[in-house]
Amino acid sequence: MAVVFDKPHSLIDVPLHYCPGCTHGIVHRLVAEVIDELGIEGRTIGIAPVGCSVMAYDYFNCDMIEAAHGRAPAVATGVKRADPENNVVFTYQGDGDLASIGMAETVHAAARNENITVIFINNAIYGMTGGQMAPTSLPGQVTQTSPYGRDTKHCGYPIKVCEMLSELEGAEYLERVTVNSVKNIRTAKKAIKKAFQNQLDGKGFSLVEVISSCPTNWGMTPQAALKWIDEKMIPYYPLGCYKDRSAEKEAE
Amino acid sequence: MADKVLMKGNEAIAEAAIIAGCRHYFGYPITPQTEVAAYMAKKMPKIGGCFLQAESEIAAINMVYGVSSTGKRVMTSSSSPGISLKSEGLSYLAGADLPALIVNVQRGGPGLGGIQPSQSDYFQATRGGGHGDYHMIVLAPASVQEMAELTVKGFELADTYRMTSMILADGTMGQMMEPVSLDFDIKPVPEKPWATTGTKMEREHNIVNSLYLSPEKLEETNFERYEKYKYIEENEAMYEEYMVEDADIVVAAFGIAARVSKNAVNEARARGIKVGLIRPITLWPFPVAPFKKAAEHAKKFISVELSMGQMIEDVKLATDCKVPVTLCNRVGGMIPSPEQVLEAIVEADGGVK
Repeated sequence: MAVVFDKPHSLIDVPLHYCPGCTHGIVHRLVAEVIDELGIEGRTIGIAPVGCSVMAYDYFNCDMIEAAHGRAPAVATGVKRADPENNVVFTYQGDGDLASIGMAETVHAAARNENITVIFINNAIYGMTGGQMAPTSLPGQVTQTSPYGRDTKHCGYPIKVCEMLSELEGAEYLERVTVNSVKNIRTAKKAIKKAFQNQLDGKGFSLVEVISSCPTNWGMTPQAALKWIDEKMIPYYPLGCYKDRSAEKEAE
Repeated sequence: MADKVLMKGNEAIAEAAIIAGCRHYFGYPITPQTEVAAYMAKKMPKIGGCFLQAESEIAAINMVYGVSSTGKRVMTSSSSPGISLKSEGLSYLAGADLPALIVNVQRGGPGLGGIQPSQSDYFQATRGGGHGDYHMIVLAPASVQEMAELTVKGFELADTYRMTSMILADGTMGQMMEPVSLDFDIKPVPEKPWATTGTKMEREHNIVNSLYLSPEKLEETNFERYEKYKYIEENEAMYEEYMVEDADIVVAAFGIAARVSKNAVNEARARGIKVGLIRPITLWPFPVAPFKKAAEHAKKFISVELSMGQMIEDVKLATDCKVPVTLCNRVGGMIPSPEQVLEAIVEADGGVK
């Protein structure tokens, strides 16, 4: 009998700890499918962050390293430089990890065009610690630490990571996707695959920002959360490719 | 015997690291250790190694964490304020049982402090520095030759015990030039089956990690790690004894303070004072045995330090506070003169009579 659906080999068959309706599971699967399709599981080393995906090291079948909060791009730099010909290195980071405490590591890894793949989950909140304001929380967004809504006069504006990094000469590829519909999931997978392929081709720093949902800390049903992505998140964080240096060069 | 070359202490560390097989160095500029980075920047590209100037001390230590996870020898160097920044990473390295060599060419503190020599990071180094229960092997060179030798030794100990070794030097050691022999017998690097080198689809995945959400498991891990520390304490302590056998007074000093103290001891001996010197070479594990033994006959100890008195606590612990220990010190980048140490010895001798 033909197999029409299977679990990716590079995703371990264990229950994930994520909340119902959380999109981490989808993104994990997409990353694992890409690793399978590219046949790179045996030489891939993943770096897990601090945050909701801290235990990603228990879910991916490739070698995994747990980094300190925000330091994944620096750890990835070390792993990549240890054996640039063999090691395929990806980091999997949330918005607090990548865009707040680890912003320096993110920016400089991009500036160096470090030949790594970064999967950036932006759900506009600190999930693991129970729903605090993130560097990407929207203006007016109610969180545990912005109980009256994010007041931009008091704590400034959310950071648009792809737009910001696109100004750097070093970064190779920056794309923002989401996973709130089948169509969007397909687009997201293409972007993730490209971000890994770029590394295999030696093209350099490739980051895919995935606009994700957090029904638990947003205080919504999973369905309402997916709708909120369309209505609130995407207007602030427009989807699309923000930089594709190789394609731009070819176009010239 | 190979020829000796004239080198700065910092350069001797860099060259010895390369000889020991280190091909990855990450650092961030800070005085007075800059020569280590400069040497690596010149040398590494020529031998297929990697020198990378990181965006911060924090990034540098995490790059070290990354390379170490793959099982390769790796190092970073810095000076006091930079080591404070690296301390987060030092804790994670300890928690993940990763080997690495860290060099601290100390300067005066606290805060930005100064750029002149100091030994005031003794507590930070010997007690771990970062959060949680852990130790690093702390090596205190007192010559350029030892800067090189202890670098090699540091890598070997780190790999043997899967933990970080720190060279705790100071600005004087880093900057001064002496003839040094770089003829080392490098032992083979132990197998590292735990390293994240890619599974090659031949084994279960390896995980480098310091997170244990089960308190039982975390406790067990800490207990196991401290069993290892106990073994190291019993087997790896290094020290130099100088005229201690019949001493009434024992000077304790490491690094540059020990060199100054040795002069003072010689002068005091010439004056007929029975004084000796114990120079700890490992600060952790602290060489307890020679102090315990000396406390059986010595009536006074003097701890000579470039700090407000940090090692003095370990001297008191090692001697079970059986004999008085006084402090002879300068701080802030100042170094005690042999005369100052001699004065302390003479004063202690007056008490003896």
